[in-house]
Amino acid sequence: MKKESETGQNMSKAINDFCMTVCTVNGSGSATANTTLLRAMFHMGIPVSGKNIFPSNIKGLPTWFSIRVSKDGYLARVAHDDIIVQMNSTTFSADVDYNVPGGVVFYADHIAVPIHRNDVIAYPMPVKQLISEAEVPRNLRDYMENMVYVGVVSQMLGIELDVVHEVLLSQFKNKSSVAESNFAMVKMAADWARDNLEKKDRYSVEAMPPLDDYIMTDGNTAGALGAIYGGFEFCGWYPITPATSLAESLNIFAPELRKDPETGKNTFAVVQAEDELASIGMAIGAGWAGIRSMTSTSGPGVSLMTEYMSLAYYAEVPLVLWDVQRVGPSTGLPTRTGQGDLNLTYFLGHGDTNQIILIPSSVNECFKFGWQAFDIAEKYQTPVIILSDLDLGMNLWMTKKFDYPDQPINRGKILWEEDLKNFGRDWGRYLDVDGDGIPYRTVMGNENPQAPYFTRGTGHDEYGNYSEAPEVWVRVMDRIKAKLENAREDLPKPEFRRLEGARIGLIAMGSTEPAMLEAQDKLEALGVKCDFMRIRALPFSKEVRKFIEEHDVNYVAELNRDGHLHQILSLDYCHMTEKMVSIAFMDGLPMTADLIVNALMDREG
Amino acid sequence: MAEKEASTNQIGLTRTDYRGEKSTLCPGCGHNTISAQIIMACYEMNIPPERIVKFSGIGCSSKSPTYFLKKSFGFNGLHGRMPSLALGAAFADRSMKVIGVSGDGDTASIGIGQFKHLIRRNLPMVYIIENNGVYGLTKGQFSATAEKGLELKHQGMNPFMPIDIVKEALVGNASFVARSFAGDPKQVRELLKAALSHNGTSVIDIISPCVSFNNREDTLHSYQWGRQHEAPLHDISFVPTKRAIILDEFEEGSFKEVTLHDGSVVVLKKLETDYDPTDKWQALKILEKGERDHYLVTGLIYVDPDQPSLYDFMNLTEEPLNRVPNSKMRPSKESLDKINQSML
Ligand SMILES: Cc1ncc(C[n+]2csc(CCOP(=O)(O)OP(=O)(O)O)c2C)c(N)n1
Ligand code: SF4
Repeated sequence: MKKESETGQNMSKAINDFCMTVCTVNGSGSATANTTLLRAMFHMGIPVSGKNIFPSNIKGLPTWFSIRVSKDGYLARVAHDDIIVQMNSTTFSADVDYNVPGGVVFYADHIAVPIHRNDVIAYPMPVKQLISEAEVPRNLRDYMENMVYVGVVSQMLGIELDVVHEVLLSQFKNKSSVAESNFAMVKMAADWARDNLEKKDRYSVEAMPPLDDYIMTDGNTAGALGAIYGGFEFCGWYPITPATSLAESLNIFAPELRKDPETGKNTFAVVQAEDELASIGMAIGAGWAGIRSMTSTSGPGVSLMTEYMSLAYYAEVPLVLWDVQRVGPSTGLPTRTGQGDLNLTYFLGHGDTNQIILIPSSVNECFKFGWQAFDIAEKYQTPVIILSDLDLGMNLWMTKKFDYPDQPINRGKILWEEDLKNFGRDWGRYLDVDGDGIPYRTVMGNENPQAPYFTRGTGHDEYGNYSEAPEVWVRVMDRIKAKLENAREDLPKPEFRRLEGARIGLIAMGSTEPAMLEAQDKLEALGVKCDFMRIRALPFSKEVRKFIEEHDVNYVAELNRDGHLHQILSLDYCHMTEKMVSIAFMDGLPMTADLIVNALMDREG
Repeated sequence: MAEKEASTNQIGLTRTDYRGEKSTLCPGCGHNTISAQIIMACYEMNIPPERIVKFSGIGCSSKSPTYFLKKSFGFNGLHGRMPSLALGAAFADRSMKVIGVSGDGDTASIGIGQFKHLIRRNLPMVYIIENNGVYGLTKGQFSATAEKGLELKHQGMNPFMPIDIVKEALVGNASFVARSFAGDPKQVRELLKAALSHNGTSVIDIISPCVSFNNREDTLHSYQWGRQHEAPLHDISFVPTKRAIILDEFEEGSFKEVTLHDGSVVVLKKLETDYDPTDKWQALKILEKGERDHYLVTGLIYVDPDQPSLYDFMNLTEEPLNRVPNSKMRPSKESLDKINQSML
């Protein structure tokens, strides 16, 4: 067998184009080190994305952080690693199996597991030795061990050390001494690598033009900021992975951004509820009383909210519900990603309900939908559910800078004292005066004697009065249906990426977009042209139908087992079911382009 | 009736202005008497109906907000989940007076969690439990407050110990806890008035007989039993402002005053016991005694007028949030630029 070094040396160079996975143990403080590497490359203008694959556990189990480096801007997960950085003995062999031939293994040299492959290039790192030479205090050793690989990897790949320094300073904002001691370790490790390791692999990075329009953050932070710029005033929530950091981000940003400058008092409230039954109850109360109200949760929480969500639907209460999806059924894979809540949320409620769903595909879009959702909820006086997922919500993505909202806040048809006085028409809470199915509402505190009404989940007429009359029930339910029908063309339209002459359609939603776009390119290279459509909202707009009609066959790709999007498309366009093929897949990990390409090529032959 | 309607309160409203729809509850149902006292208390307190907002869960009791204060906003929510609804709504305008009505099934079974958490947070609101020991609306099942040994048609005998809502409220650190009996309208009314002045959650557990499913004279939630076994801790009078107290009415040393947050005063005239409603230890003891000796302790059982309310913890602005103009709702473009800059 050839020696590993020879394999690598003979291969062409891979500049700014590889996937690197750092394998650590959770609780070892590797997050800072990993994001330092990620951000340093980003600061060098290189497109990168980072994915944390972590167990449902606090300390001691294996965890992985994958960095996709792609000069072409592909940000999706790839299943195989060009480079691994191994700090965890228990998964050593299994992780090495993921290396591509000619790949690289950086490993802490105290790990006594032999490398069973000879087609990979191994670089030992004397982690313990460097730590002891650096005389790091005992309590900081774990963290410093991680800085060793930051230094070695930077040196070997060509990540600029002054950029690493700059990133560390910004990561440890208020603690420059901590940043400096971390950087000293990075520098020492880099020097060691320079003096002791011979570059044998083909991977490297080179600075590219600056990514001026981009930032690096996660979807939950973006969602919270979007809400704040949408005028959020109330959030009732209950902790659940992967939604927790959304509400926590509200707690971080709102006290500064939503403080009344004159009084120093908060113009918002975030309440950690006792459970999801209460968090949705609070959100509904607040939405009903006329403030911009939201909650965030994940699948198990959504199910607890069901009864209240159907009340909100029928009593016509606006609110925004973020569902950051994880993998079910049941507790499932709580720290893994999926798109398995579409069916649950679209029909959320008992009786005849369907909800408005927005599905962001990027961190930037989490921000945008974060504020738009309030406008939609208040305009249509109904809940709006935003379906995000763990991949989008908790992972770091480079994303377009947040754009300041380009629409003024739209509170919908709210009548205050004077408005009601000048209304000039008969007012009933559920009376459709404009023919668009949307009634005018008054809210608590309105002192016009005409304003108060009694809200209930039981049958009511146009004036809010209790009624069990069959014709009244039908009338009100039909109006609500018509109201949401009108919303179809008003919701975010699908987005397309078309190729001239394509007869195949690719349909997807949410965080799988980067993998889909990459797959589209790969398929084109294979001679299979596909048009791509990304669904951004349910109920569907007419463009969705048109796209399906236009193509001989449409592959509906999604991250769940049973093809939820495919099911709902089939339900809405039952006359075209033969044109739609599900390529649903779910193993808890983010989508890859290869999954789509393989599934599609299997069927196209 | 008609002749009384002519008179108005200090804000020029008649009692009719505080009424609701005609009740559809069974004639004689305790809940109707309570509605009548809510009307009276709000009338006597001169609260404009539009400054009151009412919430309820599900049950016969929870239907009753339709039967009082027609001119107030109201929300009849879900079974057991009125507290969260009220809490969320209250943030929209903290100057509103919040009244919640619940049943014993609504509060002590499905809603026990939300109940306990509401009182822990001390949202300023009056939380009334119309307690009949039975599920009325679903026609006569045991509620969690039904006494051990109670026999109901279709249900057999209840083998379990009841939940005592007042004790739950006390151990849950409620800041105002009272018990009353629908057959004692004056006491109900005075307690309601005090509760409306309290700056925190005021729990009032009112024994309210269900004449259709649980009113046999030997049962604990019946009119008969209540009348025969009620043991009020005191004669309670609510005095809106301190100036108005006429001390002469009370025998020296035989009354206790509790000053509430807004300066109004509850005057408690001692009956048999030397009772101090600011002493939680004594409160628990008297409840235990009542249970052991088989009598119904009523009155203001515990109050802590100085406990901070939910709003105090949240540094919430006094201005109604639901009237914040659009221009103030969205932070500036510059602030977003700064955020973008920080995420490079
Ligand atoms: C989730 C849910 N479960 C069950 C019911 C049925 N239900 C309606 S009222 C009620 C009990 C009401 O009892 P209580 O609160 O004691 O009020 P009462 O009718 O006795 O005044 C039940 C179980 C419901 N409406 N919702
Ligand atoms: S069933 Fe009982 S609780 Fe319900 S209205 Fe009749 S008497 Fe009242």
